[in-house]
Amino acid sequence: MKKVLAILLSAAMILSLAACGGGTTVQSAESAAAETPVTEAAKEEAAPAAAEEAAPAAEAPAKESKGVYAIITKSAGNPYNEREASGFEAAITGAGYEAIIKHPAEITAEAQITLINELVAQGIDGIAIAANDFDALETSLKAAMDAGIHCICLDSSCNPASREVFINQAGVKEVGQCLVDATYDLTGGEGQWAILSATSVATNQNAWIDAMKEILKDDKYSKMELVEVAYGDDEQQKSVDETKALLQNYPDLKLINAPTTVGIAAASKVIQDEGLCGKVIVTGLGLPSEMAEFMEGENPACPYMFLWNPIDVGAVAGYTLMAMVNDGFDGGQVGASFTAADGKTYTVSQADDGGTQIIVGPPFKFDSSNIADWKTVY
Amino acid sequence: MEDTVKREISAKRDKSFKSIFFRWETLLVLMFVAVNIMNICISKNYLNGNNLFTAICTFIPKGLIAFPMAYLLVLGEIDLSVGSTVALSATTMAVLFNRGVPLETCVALCLIVATACGMLNGLILISFPELFPMIVTLGTQTLYRGIAEMILEDESAGKLHLVQWFYDIYYKKLGPIPICFIVFCVMAVIFGLVLHKTVFGRQLYAAGSNREAARYSGVPVKRNRFICYTLVGLVSGISALFYASWMGSIRSDIAAGYELEAVSMVVLGGISTAGGTGNFPGTVIAIFTIGLLKYGLGLINVNSQTILMIIGAILILVVMAPNIKNMIKARMAVKAQKAEQ
Amino acid sequence: MNKKGILKKIRNSREISLFIVLVILCLFIQSRNNTFFTGKTIADLFKNYATTITMALGMMSVLLIGGIDISVGATLGFAGMASSLFMRDGVYSSTFVMFLVSTVIGVLCGMIVGLIIAKAKVQPIIATLGMSNIYRGATYIISDGAWVSAYQFQSGFKSFAQSNFLTGGLLNNLVFIALVLYIIFFFVMKWTTFGRRIYAVGSNPEAAEVSGINISGVKFWVYTMAGAIAGLTGAMYTSLYASAMNDMGTGMEMDAIASCVLGGVSLSGGQGSVIGVFLGAVTMSVICKALPLIGISQFWKQAIKGAIILIAIIINVLVQRGMNRNALKAREI
Repeated sequence: MKKVLAILLSAAMILSLAACGGGTTVQSAESAAAETPVTEAAKEEAAPAAAEEAAPAAEAPAKESKGVYAIITKSAGNPYNEREASGFEAAITGAGYEAIIKHPAEITAEAQITLINELVAQGIDGIAIAANDFDALETSLKAAMDAGIHCICLDSSCNPASREVFINQAGVKEVGQCLVDATYDLTGGEGQWAILSATSVATNQNAWIDAMKEILKDDKYSKMELVEVAYGDDEQQKSVDETKALLQNYPDLKLINAPTTVGIAAASKVIQDEGLCGKVIVTGLGLPSEMAEFMEGENPACPYMFLWNPIDVGAVAGYTLMAMVNDGFDGGQVGASFTAADGKTYTVSQADDGGTQIIVGPPFKFDSSNIADWKTVY
Repeated sequence: MEDTVKREISAKRDKSFKSIFFRWETLLVLMFVAVNIMNICISKNYLNGNNLFTAICTFIPKGLIAFPMAYLLVLGEIDLSVGSTVALSATTMAVLFNRGVPLETCVALCLIVATACGMLNGLILISFPELFPMIVTLGTQTLYRGIAEMILEDESAGKLHLVQWFYDIYYKKLGPIPICFIVFCVMAVIFGLVLHKTVFGRQLYAAGSNREAARYSGVPVKRNRFICYTLVGLVSGISALFYASWMGSIRSDIAAGYELEAVSMVVLGGISTAGGTGNFPGTVIAIFTIGLLKYGLGLINVNSQTILMIIGAILILVVMAPNIKNMIKARMAVKAQKAEQ
Repeated sequence: MNKKGILKKIRNSREISLFIVLVILCLFIQSRNNTFFTGKTIADLFKNYATTITMALGMMSVLLIGGIDISVGATLGFAGMASSLFMRDGVYSSTFVMFLVSTVIGVLCGMIVGLIIAKAKVQPIIATLGMSNIYRGATYIISDGAWVSAYQFQSGFKSFAQSNFLTGGLLNNLVFIALVLYIIFFFVMKWTTFGRRIYAVGSNPEAAEVSGINISGVKFWVYTMAGAIAGLTGAMYTSLYASAMNDMGTGMEMDAIASCVLGGVSLSGGQGSVIGVFLGAVTMSVICKALPLIGISQFWKQAIKGAIILIAIIINVLVQRGMNRNALKAREI
């Protein structure tokens, strides 16, 4: 009696789980597709396409034909990553292929390696990954490439040995230059300023901060004093504490430069609430939707900031993978180029780390004049 | 005379032990089989020896920690600092290697640092018995992670894959079977045997079900607690070795959250957090069930948050199942009684 | 009569020893940075940690019955995100309704946890670990990975956390909410049947059952209460930072547990006081707030934080031991 009951219960449980697991896959694919494109027209196009292929994706992932591409973002639940994935998906499905979106559960290389293994087992055609660690993904990505899968990085690079090409949203030096120039411009070229970063191991932020420090060695910036690099860990509570501590420890602080979404919004919020707008200026890299509140109006906490379009970054990664698989485009060849479905031509250039990269475009400047248009986009 | 008494006691124990084994472990084995059948049905790519072993290896560093954690839970204790211990010992090893210390020495130091971390936990807890393991290890969790951060700052350390034998720790295979999988199985057997077949293991159960009674009957509770925490440290060090060999490069934020995953695997395996109950094979089956379930769902590209939800639901449902069964049974018994009347 | 007096003394000593630790800590910080003891820094501290301090109350009642609730962080995220989505989509615009909705969602989350623990007899750590996964996953699904940004909130809601109209200019609104809850809890725990039942269930469940207390009922309501408070802090959190993110509140449960234990709440149940929890929560907040102020390297902060927590709990134990010894001596004489 006991045993029979136990068997029945566990069987029922597994079945129900299997059912709800399958259900959510299709549902989430649909909802992701519905959010995808920027314009309403594109929305209508993409939604049915994604819905159609979500069903076969669940039944038969092992496709022999060319045409399954995957993107692995840095983490789940971040609008920036979601937009990047939606750009990728729109590019792939727009060409009639199948796109897989994978967000790791944690912001670690370990979680990403698990996802890579799953994709290798499915025998897909291409992987675009926003790496959480520069070196740690090497073995798994090499194994993927050995299995005949094209691997490229986007947004955040892994080392040259483990990628074919890096889709760089904007050159590291360019971003650093932009941020330093903004600081120079907003402080009038002199005075104390501080950086409020994400976590101390965030790969992109560290690269930009290093680039900034390199640029600051120029005589032009000698009167600007970088007093501290603080880490808000991309948590609001900690970012607020760090910002307030900066204001308290450096009463003459003129500017806070935060190259991270949570940090720049938290710093701007503190400046606005304390009524310090204009006295202490915030700039950096941030999402327009999060920052709109602090950039509109007469005397905004943040006069301007920069970012690129994550949708474009994702889309270019998609175009590149398709060009590699279908047209034999070689991402490792400096000077090689291809023309994507969006009509633009992308050319491979040398990256600073010895590998190759495709630069999507310069950072885009957001200010009070254009923020209202962009805040609803991403 | 004495002999017969002893035999009687052990025979009695074996019996009750068996009945527990049958109830809980059958459920787990069934679940394990069900997960595998489900995986085979939903994905054609599941039954591929090579890929399957690659997937299994990814949860070995985590799974290893569940072994000594099972000992702690049997004692009625918990260690939340294991993830940080892994990070600190791996960091020490990688940084020293980059400074030119021979890798053999670094490996030894990695194990020593990890063991020392465990010993510190144990030392604090036996010197201050009023303190709860959860709060002390929460403190050392922050401390160890913090020291790793002090050492590495914003850098990552590594290039450990340059040394072939170190690379082989995780990736080398004997035929189709990875060596780390064999190590995992051997360690599982050793930990299981020690818990169930030695005096030490028995003492853990005794101390876990009633610490005062155990102490009065001569069980060295203090010593055993200290040994268990040290063991957790040592195994975290071994886990750090596997992790480092797997990744080749180390950052201070690695292995965060290992502690709760290890605890949930042990509890799913049938060992209660209250201490004194459950047994070891369940933990091993639970490690594989959860790991393979995650892999299978990943193969059909269920998104990671949904997988987390499913794992959460399973944790609760499985622990709930026997209780609900008992409730139904009790109700049926009442009904039967009424019918008789 | 005499015995009762001594017992009371010992119970009070818990708070006194923690208060001593807190004073030592504050003096140390003040010696490193003389701007610490200013009205503004203290006000900032309470404003930024009102959420954590409030959450410790819910955790306290759970710990008092010998349970634990790891799902409160995820409940905060889920309730805060869900109520923010409603506000974004224009379902309501009133701050009061927003707080109410968030609290109600928290109550529902807590009820589910309570049912699983009280009725299905699942161990609290596993039940809440599992539900934490589920609530966090649900947060991602309902929000579809998006955040609710500052401009999508009503301005009244955003300014609520920055103003002090509830007390007519005395205290920040969020701090006032926290304070009111602490006062309510103080009375409930001390002078109501429900409060005494919580202690009874925690200190000796068998005795409590024999004396006619519905144990599973008490458990259910305690977890519901913890959920309600987590839901309320969800609204406080989004109001304070004017932004709802999917991962907000991650790890807050551990801060709350640490606050409680530091405040003298026993993890095996039945022991602990509201004042102690308040002191514990303030100590934790002071540690977090002070770290950037004492002028140490960014990379040393976490290690220092861990060391301070360890030292604080050890000093606390030593002071208590000394006090107990003195109390015993006094009795012998």
